[in-house]
Amino acid sequence: MIMSISRIPRTVALILAGVGMSVSGLIMQQMTQNRFVSPTTAGTLDAAKMGILFSVLLIGQSDQYVRMLFSFAFTFIASIIFLKIADRIRYRNIIFIPLVGLMFGGILNSITTFFAYKNNIVQDVNAWMVGDFSGILEGNYEIVYLCIPAVFLTYFYANKFTVVGMGENFSKNLGLNYRAVLNIGLFCVALTVSVVVLTVGAIPFLGLVIPNVVSILYGDNLRKTLPITAILGAIFLLICDIIGRLIIFPFEVPIGMTVGIIGGVIFLILLIKKQR
Amino acid sequence: MSIRNKIALLVVFTLALSGLFLFYNLPNNWEFALERRSFKVASMLIISCCIAYSSVVFQTLTNNKILTPSIMGFEAVYMLFQTIIVFIYGDKTFQIIKSSDNFFLSVGLMLGFAFLLFVLIFKKGKSNMYFLLLIGLVLGTLFSTISSFLQLIIDPNEFLIIEGQMFASFNRINTDLFWYALGLLILSFIIGFRKIKHLDLIALGRENAINLGLNYNKSIKMYLFIIAVLVSVSTALVGPMTFLGILVTNLTYELFKTYKHSILIPACCLVSCIAILGGQFIVERLFNFNTTISIIINFIGGIYFMFLLLKAKKV
Repeated sequence: MIMSISRIPRTVALILAGVGMSVSGLIMQQMTQNRFVSPTTAGTLDAAKMGILFSVLLIGQSDQYVRMLFSFAFTFIASIIFLKIADRIRYRNIIFIPLVGLMFGGILNSITTFFAYKNNIVQDVNAWMVGDFSGILEGNYEIVYLCIPAVFLTYFYANKFTVVGMGENFSKNLGLNYRAVLNIGLFCVALTVSVVVLTVGAIPFLGLVIPNVVSILYGDNLRKTLPITAILGAIFLLICDIIGRLIIFPFEVPIGMTVGIIGGVIFLILLIKKQR
Repeated sequence: MSIRNKIALLVVFTLALSGLFLFYNLPNNWEFALERRSFKVASMLIISCCIAYSSVVFQTLTNNKILTPSIMGFEAVYMLFQTIIVFIYGDKTFQIIKSSDNFFLSVGLMLGFAFLLFVLIFKKGKSNMYFLLLIGLVLGTLFSTISSFLQLIIDPNEFLIIEGQMFASFNRINTDLFWYALGLLILSFIIGFRKIKHLDLIALGRENAINLGLNYNKSIKMYLFIIAVLVSVSTALVGPMTFLGILVTNLTYELFKTYKHSILIPACCLVSCIAILGGQFIVERLFNFNTTISIIINFIGGIYFMFLLLKAKKV
């Protein structure tokens, strides 16, 4: 009973969320040609949060699929806006783009807070966003399976995303349908992120750290590194989950917190190393 | 319109708004009300100057018009500290921790954080501003993850205390803290204004500034320290106001197309006084305290920021 109701769903959700978040981080980095871009640093998570808030405000007791549609729409639009912005500042400092992305996320957040405060649900809104697997039970997590097609799609388009990252003119020159590929990439990212945020909550830094570690270890051939990134993302998330469950046993620390701290520290180390 | 006239106009506006704030709908026992209100107006003016000064200087240092100093992570430190106090003491927070202690501890922690950050970055000799910001931002995200976890497990009634700290408000300043803040502000302004022309050099960029004989690293460190003091004082006093800086600086740049900081800084102080006084008036009279000024300012400032990003050809 425990196996089929709680443990298996939890493990599946962990693996899929790990795969999905790290792969979508990788795509975003390829498309902006910037190592520091990820759902955390491009406002994608904040857009998903805003989407959920609006679905709750506008429709009330909506079911999961309606919420997913809302947060999907918001993340998709936010990613397009972010890419537009990133496109304009391409030739600037590599660190500048994630800075703008984080500011962008801050704005979306302030709009969300504006409405949340008016409806007195600030604490609930914040609670949605803390990544936590303890609520995963049979029957409320199946939506996360939508990650799978997104990840496969990503794999087939892997090389094209790299080309897209080199700019519109360049990719058209190589005979690529720039718009279409870009939209497919954004579609995958938005789908994965909104599904994961809805079932689990935000998992900060995952999409940032894993692709960077993989690229240091295995280089940048996307076809080769994409599976490794996916698997490493899942492993990392599983380890963090186990740590979170053991550390204050019999209670557990939400995974957003363990990943946030471990991932944040790894990211800082990467940054400082890169600077040398 | 000449610059002198524009400044005069802004001064008139500020005075008019202050007057409106002081005398609007004055009740019968006006002495008490007037005392409270004048106090509030004075603190609003001080906070405006803190934010305006630190934002203009920060944007000059980073050579960029769409950043504000609060992105270095100060506000995350502040929020984490407030969350931890409430987490530990619960609803007895206000009995155990005096607001002046809270103020000094918050300022101390934020300054300590800034100092650590600067030491970490400048130790290596090469001072890359963007790198400093990114590290600050990552640490900020880290802190806010921890705060949101703590906020998740806090009792909803006690969360209301945190919610009160989360949004800037001018209603909670107390008299003693006001004088400390004023003292710190005046001190920073005196130190900063003596070398105001150096900012014009810094605005030309690192290479040019060094070429013109400026001790670049030393000036940058000094200004960063002043910014840290001003931001932490204003945050600890009224709470986080993330996007006000962007809003007022860019309005100032639009109004005064100049690069002279001796004009920009006072002008920006005036603009932000007008923004805060006007905003607070709207919050109190139109919305009947139904919302807080920081939410409105973040909302408007945020939308304006998006507009700036999408409008600009090259950011």
